[in-house]
Amino acid sequence: MTVETAAGDTPPEPELVQLLTPEGQRVPSEHYDPLIADITGDDVRSMYRDLVLGRRVDSEAVALQRQGELGLWASLLGQEAAQVGSARALRPQDHVFPTYREHAVALCRGVDPVKLLALFRGVDQGSWDAVETHFHLYTIVIGAQTLHATGYAMGIQRDGAIGTGDPDRDAAVIAYFGDGATSQGDVNEAFIWASVTNAPVVFFCQNNQWAISEPLERQTRVPLYRRAAGFGFPGVRVDGNDVLACLAVTREALQRARDGEGPTLVEAFTYRMGAHTTTDDPTRYRLNAELEHWKLKDPIERVKAFMVRGDLADQAFFDGVEEEADELAVHLRAACRALPDPTPTSIFDHVYVEPTPDLVAQRESMTAHLDSFEEEAAR
Amino acid sequence: MAVMSYRQALHDTLRAEMLRDPDVFLMGEEIGRFEGSYKITAGLLDEFGPKRVRDTPIAEEGFTGAAVGAAMLGLRPVVEIMTINFSLLALDQIVNHAAKIYGMFGGQRSVPMVIRTPGGGGQQLAATHSQNVELFYAFTPGLKVVAPSSPADAKALLLASIRDNDPVLFLENLALYNTKGEVPDGDTAGEIGRAAVTREGTDITLVAYSRMAHVALQVAEKLAADEGISAEVVDLRSLRPLDRPTIIESVRKTSCAVVLEDDWLTYGIGAEVAASISDGAFDYLDAPVRRVAMAEVPLPYAKSLEVAALPSANDVVTAVHQTLDAVGRRSVGAH
Ligand SMILES: Cc1ncc(C[n+]2csc(CCOP(=O)(O)OP(=O)(O)O)c2C)c(N)n1
Ligand SMILES: [Mg+2]
Repeated sequence: MTVETAAGDTPPEPELVQLLTPEGQRVPSEHYDPLIADITGDDVRSMYRDLVLGRRVDSEAVALQRQGELGLWASLLGQEAAQVGSARALRPQDHVFPTYREHAVALCRGVDPVKLLALFRGVDQGSWDAVETHFHLYTIVIGAQTLHATGYAMGIQRDGAIGTGDPDRDAAVIAYFGDGATSQGDVNEAFIWASVTNAPVVFFCQNNQWAISEPLERQTRVPLYRRAAGFGFPGVRVDGNDVLACLAVTREALQRARDGEGPTLVEAFTYRMGAHTTTDDPTRYRLNAELEHWKLKDPIERVKAFMVRGDLADQAFFDGVEEEADELAVHLRAACRALPDPTPTSIFDHVYVEPTPDLVAQRESMTAHLDSFEEEAAR
Repeated sequence: MAVMSYRQALHDTLRAEMLRDPDVFLMGEEIGRFEGSYKITAGLLDEFGPKRVRDTPIAEEGFTGAAVGAAMLGLRPVVEIMTINFSLLALDQIVNHAAKIYGMFGGQRSVPMVIRTPGGGGQQLAATHSQNVELFYAFTPGLKVVAPSSPADAKALLLASIRDNDPVLFLENLALYNTKGEVPDGDTAGEIGRAAVTREGTDITLVAYSRMAHVALQVAEKLAADEGISAEVVDLRSLRPLDRPTIIESVRKTSCAVVLEDDWLTYGIGAEVAASISDGAFDYLDAPVRRVAMAEVPLPYAKSLEVAALPSANDVVTAVHQTLDAVGRRSVGAH
């Protein structure tokens, strides 16, 4: 899907893969339709459910942060389709390297959302099993995980788990990152490295138009997907608010990787509807009109419209999902508040695999110090 | 003389230097429209325009390296790195280039740039965002590192840093931005490499910098009020050059010292201070120099765990007691 332009030409409007219009109309595509030909009404309903539950986990977490139950939260609002569509393209053996915002991907990978809350509450350092869920822990230094993903992909390559034609064996890696991250050296080095080693990795950029307060123009003069051409692999821009298109495009990219054909850059064109994190106030740097414009492209509404149009679901179904989301919310609130506080000496737990004598001594001295308070209290 | 916050002192000084010298310009993530992650550059984009207040892409090595280049031809870039943690992405440009170009090119070009960046844990920002790694820079010949703890020093040392002909890492601290103090009028630059005795005392010397210099003063007041112990506080203000004579002079007077630092103990700034004391005041010492530092772990994110890992005022009091007890001097102060 790369677009070649001769030097000096004004670039044409970038192509945007879209299979569902904002009004929920299905846009036929000769190229992409076969990639989702197997998708049944059940599949669409189940994706709708993931979108709604993803959004609900997110809004509950924001509320819990406001109530002082979480230290921080990075909202995914507006990016549900990019996350669910891409995550639903994964096979169990594929491995995910997320940023700090991929909560709906986590959900699709079977990560218990209470564990996401636990991380942001600070009771642990991330307690889901990254091996079992094939969902790595969150990375917050911008862009670093793209290199880790590339290295992991090289491991898959070395294991010979690509290009065998066995759908249960061939694996790929997907690295999530933002538009802002594309400016980092790490990300560009990951592109180069993946390209020359033909690593089975999909670079999935959620271009949500903002990097905290910096608009996209600060990071690039060309549409991001077109950068891939310079690195020597395909780039494609997909409507990030269209779950079907995200599914189709990511499926294709992952399959190329699993088949041993190397990396792809997917640019999911979307919008960060909320604040950067709960400490941010976006009204200070962007216009409300922009937000209103993107509300019309809501990723969940368009699937709903599509389902209604095609008689894929009735009101009872939508009510049922809503009810399930309400129940999930009640569960999350209670489970979050019930999470046990960590013990102070746990700070020494994961510094080294084998603790050093220095650390053992520091831990013992802290334990003695804490015990002295308890003795005092007991007196 | 006006009372203002540390943040305001930095802001006003940046503005004054930009008015004074057209070669001074600012670069960094979010410093323009957003006015800086910690609002130090508020209003400067509007006043000076995008040529002199440059919002950068998220590319720390990129804009730090660009500042090195700009500085070589005489501009005076003041780079803001969101927190010192992200300076690690620019380590090569800072340590291998900013610090070395003057020497590697036979003194032909110096690199008169400033990197402003806050350190500091305790803000629930988790391990990769809560480090105090000024040591990496204080370790490097060719760089200067200053770490003011008061609004007055923030002003005096920022003036000095911008006017200095060598690269300066200007360490701020997240916990200091809202602290207030008197700031002299005028534009007299401070002297880089000069510590200050911020409280005189006779029983023990507390050596600290940045946030811990505040903690030292608080502890000294408390020790005086509760126990009649007279602690002298030396605020280093500059980590490289390090003002050894002031430290040594104080310890020769008090005969014992505790060093406070917000970084990790092993190989930390306190180790250098303790070695300096041992070199210059060994015969005067009544007790070993103690250091109060952070637990040697990546700083956790949970509030309660941060508190457990970071050095506290109580830890300093305990260290003072242990030091004085070791030589039977605590009772002296008590009457
Ligand atoms: C190396 C580094 N520099 C700066 C930051 C501070 N920071 C946190 S999020 C962010 C913006 C990231 O934007 P983008 O990549 O578009 O991702 P988004 O937050 O929009 O999902 C920045 C600059 C950081 N975490 N790491
Ligand atoms: Mg973004």
